[in-house]
Amino acid sequence: MSRRGATRASRNNPLIEYSPIEGAIDELMTADGQIRPVWQSFIDHLSSLREEEVALRLARGDEYLRDAGVFFRQYGQKDSVERAWPLSHIPVLIQESEWEQISAGLIQRADLLEAIAADMYGPNTLVRDGYLPPSLIATNPEWLRPAINMLPQGRHYLNFAAVDIGRGPDGRWWVLQDRTQAPSGAGFALENRVATSRVFSEFYADANIHRLAGFFRAFRDALYAMRTDDTSRVGILTPGQHNDTYYEHAYIARYLGLMLLEGEDLVVADGKVMVRTVSGNHPISVLWRRLDASYADPLELNGASKLGVPGLVAACRRGSVTLVNALGSGVLECPGLFAFLPRIAQHLLGAPLAMPNVATWWCGDAAARREVAANLERVVMRSAFPNQPLPSSAAREFGTVDVNEAAVALQTMSDRSGSLLVAQEAVTLSTTPVMLDGKLRPRPASLRIFLARTSGGWQVMPGGFARIGKTSDPSAMAMQHGGSVADVWVVSDQPVKPDTMLPAETAPYVRPQLGSLPSRAADNLFWLGRYVERAEATLRLLRAYHTRLAEAGFAETPLLVQLTEFIEENGIDPEQCVPGALRDDLAFAIGSAGKVRDRFSIDGWMALNDLAETATKLARTVTPGYDTARAMGVLLRKITGFSGLVHENMYRFTGWRFLSIGRSLERAVNMCSLLATFADQDAAPGSLDLAIEVGDSTMSHRRRYAVNTTRATVIDLLGLDTMNPRSILYHLSEVREQIARLPRLEHGTHMTALSRAVLQLHTDIAVRRPEEVESAELAEYGEKLMRISDVLTDTYLR
Amino acid sequence: MLYEIKLTTTTTYERYANAGRHLLRLMPLDGNLDGQRLIAGSLDIRPSPKERTDAYDFFGNRTTEVVFGESHRKIEFTVRARVDRYAQANELDLSPLLGALPAELNMVRTLDARSPHHFLSASPLVGSSAPIAEYALALVGAEMTVFEAVNALNLALHKDMTYDGDATTVDTPLEEAFEKRKGVCQDFAHIMIACLREIGIPAGYVSGFLRTEPPKGQPRLEGADAMHAWVQAWCGMECGWIDFDPTNALIVGQDHIVVARGRDYSDVGPVKGVLWTSGDQDTEQAVDVIPL
Repeated sequence: MSRRGATRASRNNPLIEYSPIEGAIDELMTADGQIRPVWQSFIDHLSSLREEEVALRLARGDEYLRDAGVFFRQYGQKDSVERAWPLSHIPVLIQESEWEQISAGLIQRADLLEAIAADMYGPNTLVRDGYLPPSLIATNPEWLRPAINMLPQGRHYLNFAAVDIGRGPDGRWWVLQDRTQAPSGAGFALENRVATSRVFSEFYADANIHRLAGFFRAFRDALYAMRTDDTSRVGILTPGQHNDTYYEHAYIARYLGLMLLEGEDLVVADGKVMVRTVSGNHPISVLWRRLDASYADPLELNGASKLGVPGLVAACRRGSVTLVNALGSGVLECPGLFAFLPRIAQHLLGAPLAMPNVATWWCGDAAARREVAANLERVVMRSAFPNQPLPSSAAREFGTVDVNEAAVALQTMSDRSGSLLVAQEAVTLSTTPVMLDGKLRPRPASLRIFLARTSGGWQVMPGGFARIGKTSDPSAMAMQHGGSVADVWVVSDQPVKPDTMLPAETAPYVRPQLGSLPSRAADNLFWLGRYVERAEATLRLLRAYHTRLAEAGFAETPLLVQLTEFIEENGIDPEQCVPGALRDDLAFAIGSAGKVRDRFSIDGWMALNDLAETATKLARTVTPGYDTARAMGVLLRKITGFSGLVHENMYRFTGWRFLSIGRSLERAVNMCSLLATFADQDAAPGSLDLAIEVGDSTMSHRRRYAVNTTRATVIDLLGLDTMNPRSILYHLSEVREQIARLPRLEHGTHMTALSRAVLQLHTDIAVRRPEEVESAELAEYGEKLMRISDVLTDTYLR
Repeated sequence: MLYEIKLTTTTTYERYANAGRHLLRLMPLDGNLDGQRLIAGSLDIRPSPKERTDAYDFFGNRTTEVVFGESHRKIEFTVRARVDRYAQANELDLSPLLGALPAELNMVRTLDARSPHHFLSASPLVGSSAPIAEYALALVGAEMTVFEAVNALNLALHKDMTYDGDATTVDTPLEEAFEKRKGVCQDFAHIMIACLREIGIPAGYVSGFLRTEPPKGQPRLEGADAMHAWVQAWCGMECGWIDFDPTNALIVGQDHIVVARGRDYSDVGPVKGVLWTSGDQDTEQAVDVIPL
């Protein structure tokens, strides 16, 4: 202590303005200003850093998150946007012995919830014997009647759960909320850990902080153990990219090596769930469900759902698939249940709740309503059911500050209206330090802790996800208005097992699984290839156009007239410097890429977004002529950067082949129409040079043909050359080669319709001599290429 | 009363529809509690499905799940059934006073298919609605028995609503139909269910058939040309469930044949399907219910 004191003058003192908030416990400091032992060495480390160094380190953590592309989706009034991840860099530290108590409490709770689910979907003895009111269950929208008496394959309703807890002023931890439907945050907890351990890298390396990888490994093994046979697969069922936690679904899928699947990827046939892939349908027997159950099957559940799989409930009924968690597990996320858990725990477990939940009154009962009316200052009114706002009538009555009015409302309320409401004791949370302007300050926090059912029973993730309030107001209500998140460190007195987490992709627990590409992913990659290529073609065309425009002094030359017509025929408005059609193509490319985020490098994604943003920015400033031509050059260099990333760095898996085929087909089609117009006998003077320029082959042409530019040399170089990566024939060869490596769906020795079509066209073009190719034939080749695209779609992408 | 029933629903698609999956609830119930017996019944499906699974849903309704393997332009479901219907319209009021119903409800400690607890709060298609609550509360009083209250609403809705096949579609929300005071049996049933729940009476939706030709000297009932819908109301421990038909201002008796029961249309829809087609589709129903 004294040594640290001695260095204070020259070093940083982050605690200079820190003091606990009146009425709340502080995690870091006791009421009399002493640092709690578990924090001591961390605070020492923090104090040993110079202020600029701290700032630099925090920036390093943010940079990691930005580069890793961690974001969450925030819903506004009209649309939703991706927001940067709000990491609070200071972790929450918890002593191992205290953590063990928390874990024991939560494991007991998970077992209790499992038993309640089994009863609610089975014999309903809790209702019969008076432990649960029947209307609380019957009214719960997550009590799914099609799942009643349907014992889940794997026997458990819960396999992965989360519990939000907070520490009250008495120092005890309290349960605030159970998450049993499709708990989110485990992947974010991992990302918080990576970022935070980078900020405090030297300290973290030597500190006795429990690592997280073991937890994920155990759960992954558990998922695999649930398979009914060794050849079937395990996937994550996600609602898709518009979900607020889609990033996390993609991240965990990558981290654990699971297939990331949407409803559209799955089909039920003969009672079995199959993944539609480019190599046919493959059985899947375990789905980690991140989709709310009511959306899982439009036939038996919410009929309006477009995210589900028709027949999934029937497949569950047959026991051919295990959903994690089982359909209907969301019924347990019910605040109304809190009121009854203490008694049910005694009844079912013969013991009180090891960790209490927030005191709760269910207002479907007259006696409870009287009690609430007498204690209105101490409670908060909530919906009795998961994720539901207060009923509008109740919001009117309890939105007022007038306690007397609310008390009257409670006394005259019917059981039926009351059954939708609970009153919960207002919670005061403990505070934990956050870094603001180089100084630590206390902010209220709650923890989300994750539990996974493994072969050895429930395992608690030794860490978690802390939500930190924006202001110093420690009432739980304030947490709903934004704030930040932080890592949770469980600190041991002993050295911990050095479990590596980062090299997950090569970690020993990755089991070999046949790479089978879902048809939907293949379709998106194929179109990504096409859209990016289409955008590139447009850029080259516009650059040529604006250069000619400037050169001609904005006069109407025959070539410009022809070029304008050609641009318009391609659906592009030449009046706009950065046409809407171009920005649409980029937006479509991002749309396609967004649907396959798990198969796509972060760099590629960022490059694509950068490209679209630049195009939008340029659209506001550029003027016709050289200025636009230059702008197109900028965009071309960026798009080439993206293509480089994809084609240099992407592993040659089946998905890459579809992307590559998409690009080649698009490029060949565009070249056909370019040549049909600008290499035509009657084309305007200067057309041939324009074709070579748009075809990016000026240098090649000069080197390859000593003679003047003629129709024959242009068609040879851009149409029939086998070495020029801009020519039609070159790309047909590419398509042919990639198609030959795609999975074969039909058996037998005959060629498939697809390879037949490609070979035919390839041969037709390969045997031609440049001087005899007519413009009409070039147009015809283009149409045949489009037909190849159709056959490919029918074969693999439907 | 013995009936011979034939129902055909035909859906034609403008363009080919791809392999789809359908859940059917078309077969009359077989059960003493419903006052009817299914003597014989068959469900014929064209084109012939690739998969077919017969089962019962939570509410005890007969379901048939079918999967078509090939794309098609037309699907036809034909039900042929012989039913003995012996339910009597309830004449004796043994129901409690309206104010005593919550206490009776609290005594029911079960969640089986006939438990009134399923039928009191909002269901997918029948939520709570202020104008409907106001309408219902104005018609009933604490001095009424539950049965009297239900009957009063049954008659009032028949009087205040106009049967109009063009005013609504199958997707029209009940608030809209109520505002227009127009609709078909589905709208009448949903509005009455909403009214009953607002005054604290558990109520559900019943789908079924009406006899096609009335007995001599009586008018033809509205809704006999297609599947019909009416309401079940829970009238206390003693009376249990009683069926009312607001479209025809009737207490249900031997002219009605029950197919399915649920909280609202979403639980009993006769043909629920998911398939992929880009064009329009058109469904027609033909029903014959002939007393033997």
